[in-house]
Order: sequence, then structure tokens, then C-alpha cells
Amino acid sequence: MNVRITLRVDGEERSTTVDSRTTLLDALREHLSVTSPKKGCDHGQCGACTVLIDGRRMLSCLKLLVGCDGSDVVTANGLGAASGKSEAVRDPAGELGGLHAVQRAFLDHDGFQCGYCTPGQICSAVGMFEEAAAGQPSHVTTDLADERIVLDDAELRERMSGNLCRCGAYVNILAALRAAQPRSPAGRAPSELPEDGA
Amino acid sequence: MTTGARSRAVGTPVARVEGHAKVTGTARYAYEQPAGAGPPLYAHPVLSTVPHGRVRALETMAARTLDGVVTVLTPDNAGQLDDLRGAQDGELAVLQSNEVAFRGQFIAVVVAESPEAAQQAAGLVEADYDELPHHTELRGDSGDLYTPERVNPAFAPDTVEGDVDGALDSAEHMVDVTYLTPMEHNNPMEPHAAVALWEAEGGPADRPIPAGSDAERPSSDGVATVRLTLYASTQGAHTVRSTLAPLFGLRKEEMRVVSPHVGGGFGSKGMPHAHDVLAVLCARAVPGRAVKLALTRQQTFSLAGHRTPTLQRLRLAADSTGRMAAVAHEVTEHTSTVKEFAEQTACGTRMMYAAPNRRTAHRLAALNVPVPSWMRAPGEAPGIFALETAMDELASACELDPIELRLRNDPPLDPESGKPWSGRRLVECLRQGARRFGWQEGPPGSRRRREGDQLVGMGVAASTYPCYTSPGSRALVRHDGTEHYTVRIGAADIGTGTWTTLTQIAADALDRPVEAVTVEIGDTDLPHATVAGGSSGMASWGPTIVATARRFRTEHGQQPAAGAVMTGELPDNPDAEQFALHSFGAQFAEVRVDVDTGEVRVTRMLGVFSAGRIINPRTARSQFIGGMTMGLSMALHEHGVLDHRTGHVVNHDLASYHIAAHADIADVEAEWLEETDPHANTMGSRGIGEIGIVGAPAAVVNAVYDATGIRGRSLPLTPDKLVR
Repeated sequence: MNVRITLRVDGEERSTTVDSRTTLLDALREHLSVTSPKKGCDHGQCGACTVLIDGRRMLSCLKLLVGCDGSDVVTANGLGAASGKSEAVRDPAGELGGLHAVQRAFLDHDGFQCGYCTPGQICSAVGMFEEAAAGQPSHVTTDLADERIVLDDAELRERMSGNLCRCGAYVNILAALRAAQPRSPAGRAPSELPEDGA
Repeated sequence: MTTGARSRAVGTPVARVEGHAKVTGTARYAYEQPAGAGPPLYAHPVLSTVPHGRVRALETMAARTLDGVVTVLTPDNAGQLDDLRGAQDGELAVLQSNEVAFRGQFIAVVVAESPEAAQQAAGLVEADYDELPHHTELRGDSGDLYTPERVNPAFAPDTVEGDVDGALDSAEHMVDVTYLTPMEHNNPMEPHAAVALWEAEGGPADRPIPAGSDAERPSSDGVATVRLTLYASTQGAHTVRSTLAPLFGLRKEEMRVVSPHVGGGFGSKGMPHAHDVLAVLCARAVPGRAVKLALTRQQTFSLAGHRTPTLQRLRLAADSTGRMAAVAHEVTEHTSTVKEFAEQTACGTRMMYAAPNRRTAHRLAALNVPVPSWMRAPGEAPGIFALETAMDELASACELDPIELRLRNDPPLDPESGKPWSGRRLVECLRQGARRFGWQEGPPGSRRRREGDQLVGMGVAASTYPCYTSPGSRALVRHDGTEHYTVRIGAADIGTGTWTTLTQIAADALDRPVEAVTVEIGDTDLPHATVAGGSSGMASWGPTIVATARRFRTEHGQQPAAGAVMTGELPDNPDAEQFALHSFGAQFAEVRVDVDTGEVRVTRMLGVFSAGRIINPRTARSQFIGGMTMGLSMALHEHGVLDHRTGHVVNHDLASYHIAAHADIADVEAEWLEETDPHANTMGSRGIGEIGIVGAPAAVVNAVYDATGIRGRSLPLTPDKLVR
């Protein structure tokens, strides 16, 4: 069965008619020529396909496109201030010459080698910072009641462990995350969180 | 043979030139390459579900009649491959017979208008088999073991010097232990993929040979007809072409392979595998339309190479002062029945220590298993794990500090060849590492302390990797005008930094800033380059560019005309015959082992390496720590579980074949000795892609012994092996 879906991708409205079994990842890559998100496993096990959907990090290989009608999807190629105008994700550091602060930090700290997991790592990091700012705890958070999350190394490593890197760039990714971490947490009120929660 | 030419870019931490494309995701990997005029087709393979036998019947009607399916290829209609004898490679005899030699082998493929239709149709193909008895279990006592003619790439399988048995019998201290390493899988993040386009008769393929091509002379009209274009994910575009073109009856210049960005390889993309052939078979069946084929992650476990499991018996003998009298390293490992790959597991032991009596041996079992192949530091990664763990056991037996044991047995000449080392600075690596890491002297076990519910310990191991250079690379230098140069060489960047480091080398060789040089790689339209394997890439391509730049200056001077061009090739290195060329390193690990769960956490790792001149400290450090990270993963996590009832790697995905994730990695640091190897090549550098993994698993396992008193002799060292 074919279905027509309209969504925003990196700030641009896109429509496509697809087989209803098509994943968001395949729709982006094969139908919309948006190849920034990568396919590393197609099973939600590696994180290479991570994108931001309405501001939250998602594994696009586990989303059917039919569930994304009207969504706002941002890939690593749409994160930069110059190239992306998404409402859902704003560069916290402002103008950075077309690159998001996290992307700049990955460049500065050589947070990648082959680059295949990198767009997913970067989208994941942007989403992760938002989650922490919203007070969402992780497996290593000691005080689950405290909404002021301190993103120490253990927190950063844990929260980024859904994104595998076979080149073994984790040490440099961590350095990039430390550098790109928003200086003052956004401290958003729970009422500003997306409706469907974590 | 290095020159005193001043160096400006080499040695500086230039950021990756393709970095912007990678952090935005706009760098195009194989599957993302647009090919052909119309929409592409999608291939989805059908794999054998038995490990040995013959396909008696394939029911393809349901698949063929599914909406969107274009064709289903089986051995009946896939078409013959030419020159398979020339290729000497049964792995590549794809869809050429009904024989099944291992589970997970291609038996058919569906080509369809969409990936969804292709995958569904592949699931509708039904195979009936005449099954034969299968053997997948590697056993040291099997009667079928044989001695290969040579081990990878061309070493003698067995060596013996002196009276090993006599030395073992009369030794003051002896270690006699067997180590096991499991089947391991490369798992680059980009699964193996190809996009193939076979031009239709009378299609738009005629085009001139591009400038700088080293293709054979075109046909008489001066135009080469490219019949086949393959966008491949490979460590060597030229290797893929020279292997595949004869299979399809093509002259070299009739095929083009393009591979500008590669999502990791770790050896598994060092040579073409069956999926490359399958993609071209599909494309040949639908000329004029591009066919895209990406192995699923699961399929890569049986189709993209793996590291053989190994059984390694190590016997070390030493006198009362810890001076080694003998070393014997005997290896049993597997290969497939369709293609032999003999990992050179014991070769590192031949040159590592100064024991006068030495014996190494390799025995193979040809089993109904997928085809093993290169995985990062083939030979050294598992072999040095065993040797360096055995050295720690010998240090225990001698009650010596493990660093001191290695210092006492450091050979002044290569024990294997008798040649002088081009630079063996293992002792300095160990000493510098000990200082930086805070090593506390004493025999294994003496650094143990308990903190709460955790046992803490430290381990050390030596690391080594040969300095290989592959002959045959060529390069082209062109002055574009306005003092800008283009350098062309069909090399590969698999995350190694080639785009950047070759630019630095070319800039210095031309005496221009890096901004004035553009390097082009990853395409057979560029001059021939050897494979990015055996850590030989930079050591082969770099001197090729240096030599070509010199020829350019000799011919065209400092103020060349716009469009001036020169080609050149890798010069001979007479020193390679005179010296033993190897890199060395010292690896340190600190672990914490939970006394209740047996979980091992590696809290600190440090590697100190001696690898000649470092071209780019930024990308080099990434390679070193990346290799060490993979070594940690090998020590604690990786284990391909082969079910001997079915011949199936049952944990064939990234959820159950665990590779180190971010939370597994704490503090991993690498440094190196500032040096230039005057005998390695004109740059004074040795390759660094593999040495980082070598020794790292032993350092971790030795640290676990230090912490717990438990010897890890079977990898991976999972908690079940540590809970007592």
C-alpha cells in the first residue's frame, strides 16, 4: 500500500509517496536524497541513523514514515545555523558559520575517523543535551529526583552509549561533548517538554 | 634514506580536510552515490540456511511474481564468471554452482524496484537442500589439521631454530599454557555495500580516458568504453578492479571503481568480497540501470570476513635470572573450504624476544565456516595477545617485574633474520610508559589493592607490527596555475586520515602550503595505488607522492606552466633488505574488577609507540587510541558464537555481538617517541593503523591477573570467567 506523507526535513517541507512499510531512514535516504543519517544496522542497535524529530533524538530506522506525517525532522546536515531553520532545534551558541556547536567541537577534537557514525553521534548529542537540560535522569544519575543534571563524564558516556563508533573515537567524542556542553543549562520548565515525555 | 628537506606541514596537527563533510553527513559513502540515469534498483540476497550440502531446488515463483520484482538470479540464470581460475578465489565464485560450503552463503538474489519489495521477495524464495555432514568446530586434536603452504601474506608456516625441546626440559622456569581467542568480526559501522552500473549496449559510456589515469592504452580510436562502474566500500579501489574485471571478461580500463569515503574497514574491505561480485551480476542482468546492494548487519557476519578462532600453545623457558632460553608458539586455527586464509598468528613471536631456541607452527582446519580474512592486525592481534600474556606468566614464575623481564630479553638484532633493527625502541617505550602511567615495580599480582567491592590492578604488554611497503603505487602531480597543485593517487581513506596526511606530504614535497594542494583519492580513474592494508598505506603512497613531486620539480622547475604534469612511482628502498623494519609499543592498563559481579572496568589505558615519524599528530593519536579501544573490546567483549549444530553465528548483530560502547571506555591515551626512521622510506615514517590493537588485550588481561590472581587464557574475559 502506498501512502503520501508530508513532513519537514532540515527546515524544508517535503512530500513523498511511499510503500507503507518504508522506514523514516529509508524514506530520507532513498526517496528524499537526504543521506546524512546513516544505516549501520537497521535494527536500532548502533545509532548511526539518529535524527531529531520535533527536537528529540530518535532512531530513524525504527520509525515508519507513516508515523511521521507532519513531523519536523532535523539531520546533522540541518543543524547548522546557516543551513537549517528548524524551529525545534536551535544552535545554543548562536552563529557558528553554518555549523552547530557540537559539530564544531567534533572537528576541534577529532571526534571521528571514518565519519559514518558521526551524523548520528552529533544529532544524538544535541538531543542528549536537551534531555539533560529538561532534567531527565540516566542510568548513572545518582539522585533521580534532582532535575538539575550535572553532565559529568560518566553521564556523558552513558547517555551517548546508544551510538556505537567502531573506529574507537569515544575519548575524542567525550572531549567534544565536554567542550560543546551548553554553558548554563536551559533549565526549561517541565511544561515546556514535548507532550509524550521520555 | 630520508633527506633533510624542510618540513612545514608534516608533523603538524592539520584538521581533516573532509571534516566538514563528515560532521554534516554530506560525505558520500558507496550506497549514497547517485548512479545511472533513472531510479536505481535494489538487490536483496538469499542466504543458505544449512552449513554444507547442495541446493536441490529453489522455488522462486512467489518472489518473481511479487509486485516490483524485476528478476531473481540463481545459479541457473546468473551467468558465468570468467577466469575464476585466474582469481584463485572460491569466495568470489558467486552463484556459479549449487554447492553450499557454509551457512550464510549466497544462493540467490532478488532485484526489485524498492528495497521493501526486494527484501520481501527474498523471504519468499524457498530452498530445498541435500544436506551433507558438516564440521564447524575447531579442535586441537582433530585428525584433519594440515600445514598451509604459507601464512598471510607469504610467510613460512613453520620455523625452528636450535634445540627447543632440550631447552624446555632443562629450564629453571617454564610456562606451558594454551590460550584461546574466539571468532571475531570486523563490524565497520558502514556495512559492506556496492552500487553497480552495467552500461547498456550503445549507452552513453564512451568517454575519453581522464587525465592522470594509468589505465592501459585505450582502444585504437583513443576512447575507452567503461562498461561497468562500481561504487564500492573498499580499502583499495584498484584492487577491486583488478580482481573483478577479469571475472566479468572486462579489460581493466572497461571498469571503474569509485570509493571516496569508506565507513571503516579494519581489513574487511581490504579485498573484494562476494557481495561485490553479486552486485555486478545483478547489474549485468539489468544493463543501463544501477543496482544497489547493501549487506544487512547480520549478513556481514558470514560474508565480509572475520578473524579465525585460535588455539595457541605457548611454551617459554627461562634461566634463574629470567633470560629466555626457548620460545615455542604453536597455533591451530580455521579456514573455509572454498578459500584458504591462514592467519600468521605466531609470526610476531619469531622476532620479539632473544630466546636462542625458537619454534613456531601453524595448523589449519578447513571447516564449513564463512571465509576468514583480514581483521585489524591479522596475526599480531591474537598472537601477541598470547605471547604477551605468557610473558606475564613467565614474569610470575621468575618473580620478576614484567617490564624487567622484557628488558632482559630485548634482542640487539632481529632474531629471525639476524639483521639490525631499523629502530627497536621497545625498552624506551616501556620505560616512558611506566613513568607516565605510574607503574609500580614488582611481579604480577604485587600491584593488587582492594577498594570497597573492587579489586584494582595494573598490567603491561609489549606491542609490535611490521613496517610493510607495497610496491606498485603511482601518482600524478599537476600544476593547475596560480601556484595551486592537484595530486592524484587512487588511495583510500577508511577513517585513517589519508585525505589530510597525503595533502600534508604533497604540500611539503612541493614546498607549498597545504591550502595550495588538492589531493584526489578513491577512484580507479586516478593512478594506481595499493591497498590500505597491513598499515602500508601511508608508507607506500607517501613516498610515491614525494618521488613524483621531485620529478615534477626536476622537469618543470619552481615556476611551472599551468597544466604542467608529471607522473611517478614508488621508488625502491634498498634499506628494506638491510634492516628489520618493525614498529614497537608498550601498552599499560589499569582495571577495576567487581568482586561480586566479575565485571571488569578498564579505568586507564596508555600506549607509548615507536612508529617512526608521525605525519599528523591529530589523526595519528586517533588511530592509536582507536586501535587500543578495539583491543579493549577484544579483551573483554567480542565473541562470535558459532552454533556447531547449525553452523550459524548466532549472535550476528550489534546487540549480541558487543563491541565497546562509549560507557565501556574511560581514559585511553596514546603518545609516541619523537623520531624518524631513516630506513623505512623517504618520510621516515612507519604505518600506524594496526599497532594500537596489538598488545592491548594482553595489557588488560594481565591487569586483571594483577587485580584478581585469575589468569585470563580464553578471550573475551567476561564476568563468568572471574566469579569464583
